[in-house]
Amino acid sequence: MATIEMTFPEDSREALARSDRNLSEFERWASMAAGTALAVYGLSRLRSSGWLYAGLGGLLLRRGVTAHCDVYEALGVNTAGTRSDTRAALRGARGVNVLESVTINQPIETLYRFWRNLENLPRFMHHLQSVERITDTISHWRAKGPAGTIVEWDAEIHNEVANKLIGWRSLEGSGVVSAGSVNFDAVPGDRGTRVTVHLQYSPPGGRIGAAVARLFGRDAASEIREDLRRFKQLVEAGEVATTSGQPRG
Amino acid sequence: MRALCWYGTNDVRVVRVPDPRILNPRDAIVKVTLTAICGSDLHLLDGFIPTLKRGDILGHEFMGEVVAVGAENHTLAVGDRVVVPFTIACGRCFFCQRELWSACDNSNPNAWMLEQAYGYAGSGLFGYSHMMGGYAGGQAEFVRVPFADVGPLKVPDALSDEQALFLSDIFPTGYMAAENCNITPGDTVAVWGCGPVGQFAIRSAWMLGAGRVIAIDRVPERLLLAADMGKAEVIDLTVTNVFEALKDATGGRGPDACIDAVGMEAHGATIDDWYDRAKTATMLATDRASALRQAIHACRKGGTVSVPGVYGGLVDKVPLGAAFGKGLTLRMGQTHVHRYLPMLLDRIVRGEIDPSFVITHRLRLEQAPEGYRTFRDKEDGCIKVVLKP
Repeated sequence: MATIEMTFPEDSREALARSDRNLSEFERWASMAAGTALAVYGLSRLRSSGWLYAGLGGLLLRRGVTAHCDVYEALGVNTAGTRSDTRAALRGARGVNVLESVTINQPIETLYRFWRNLENLPRFMHHLQSVERITDTISHWRAKGPAGTIVEWDAEIHNEVANKLIGWRSLEGSGVVSAGSVNFDAVPGDRGTRVTVHLQYSPPGGRIGAAVARLFGRDAASEIREDLRRFKQLVEAGEVATTSGQPRG
Repeated sequence: MRALCWYGTNDVRVVRVPDPRILNPRDAIVKVTLTAICGSDLHLLDGFIPTLKRGDILGHEFMGEVVAVGAENHTLAVGDRVVVPFTIACGRCFFCQRELWSACDNSNPNAWMLEQAYGYAGSGLFGYSHMMGGYAGGQAEFVRVPFADVGPLKVPDALSDEQALFLSDIFPTGYMAAENCNITPGDTVAVWGCGPVGQFAIRSAWMLGAGRVIAIDRVPERLLLAADMGKAEVIDLTVTNVFEALKDATGGRGPDACIDAVGMEAHGATIDDWYDRAKTATMLATDRASALRQAIHACRKGGTVSVPGVYGGLVDKVPLGAAFGKGLTLRMGQTHVHRYLPMLLDRIVRGEIDPSFVITHRLRLEQAPEGYRTFRDKEDGCIKVVLKP
């Protein structure tokens, strides 16, 4: 009995994103062709320095077959077109991964509502300058970079379960690749709500990438921890504790 | 305005600084009418507390008149006469709602500093270093009070400033020290340190039903005050073996509760005190703890050691074996001032106690540096200095 295999464009893109590929099809075939030629040439004159050419050819051949280049990975270069896909760019150890949580003395509904309006985030996330709502799920983010630079990207809410979780990620083609999620869990015994934030950022290379890396690379965890502390202060106490602007001698 | 600022170890000056302004919606600005130097301010003067910066305004015992309130402050009005708790608390977090005000989660903007040292951070305090929040203190003409809708207590006209001022810290601190002793009627309570907090601990121990109160110090006028106003039996530690004296006084059983109202800069008369001095001088330890050691050693089996004296860092040679072997209860911590205010105000109004009995020196704010030195050196019979801006 014949089986019919159905292919959807989304499936192949997904497979691409899940793989280690970082070479375009053209570069991949060029690698294989050059590798084969070098290998054949090298094998034919093994007595002199042929083994060197054969070895180099073998490496190029492997690069073409697997469509993965280690040098590119180290440099953050990707010609496969999977770079701006958040799943590919943030998979494994590639992105900056931060997981932090805080317990807040407020009901889940209040916290969920506050967070679902992403425009509230810059009130406690200090690296953000603004989040602007475009549609119900798409928003435009502006973050402060070093030396007065501004980094901008679009993001979409791709997952939400009311009073449970919100997930967002940058849209394809954005200069910045990032994804985040926030989970809300009731702490048993009427002890408030645990808010867990998972953030991922991938420096995509270039000037913007360097800026983002400096923003989140060094100690992203304490950055987010302070953000969450301010979030807690804002929703519990109604204001963020500060001393900036007070007199001193 | 004029304010007392810290410029380094043993260097405090009164200088001109900008007036404070409302920074948050629940703030108030208070025009200070009376402020005091606390024994714990001496730890700042002596450089025992890290994260102070040049120019920080000190002072956490103050009262005055409200001259401005923030948009979200609906409990205070301009003109109110208030005394302000030295611990800053939001009133809405897990800890505040359990009356653990000095453990407030939301009032310390530099909580991360304290978390490095203590694991978790307590509340912000006025004028007590940046790890405690970095808030400008009240030894000034004006002071900004955060979360002023839950902290400040309105003072009835019938009370003078001198009668109400110590609700900000030392009266509640002495009271909580006695309360932490779990006093049952007839208990013997021994109090190390007859400074202002020790004096209030003695008075509070009586209020809570103690049968005997024994006070221990080395400064004659403080022992005199403990005997006179505190009705305590006194032990001068420079001429008496404290442990033997307490054992004899309690028929060989030991005091039911011991209060260490001395803290990290003890001036003992025993060998361990010289050991502490050597270690702190060479930065091998941060605190001198001869009073705490003695309190643990002298306490009866199953008794309580209560510690209102301030400790900041690491303490060496604490006789934990003795504490374990006798099954002691150790209780300590910054005072949950807010918890005690209405009850203690009521005791003052009823005439049960007039807290102004500890005041020995009344100075102008300009004289504050002189007041610090006199208080530190315990010169001129100094027990408590109040300053009028």
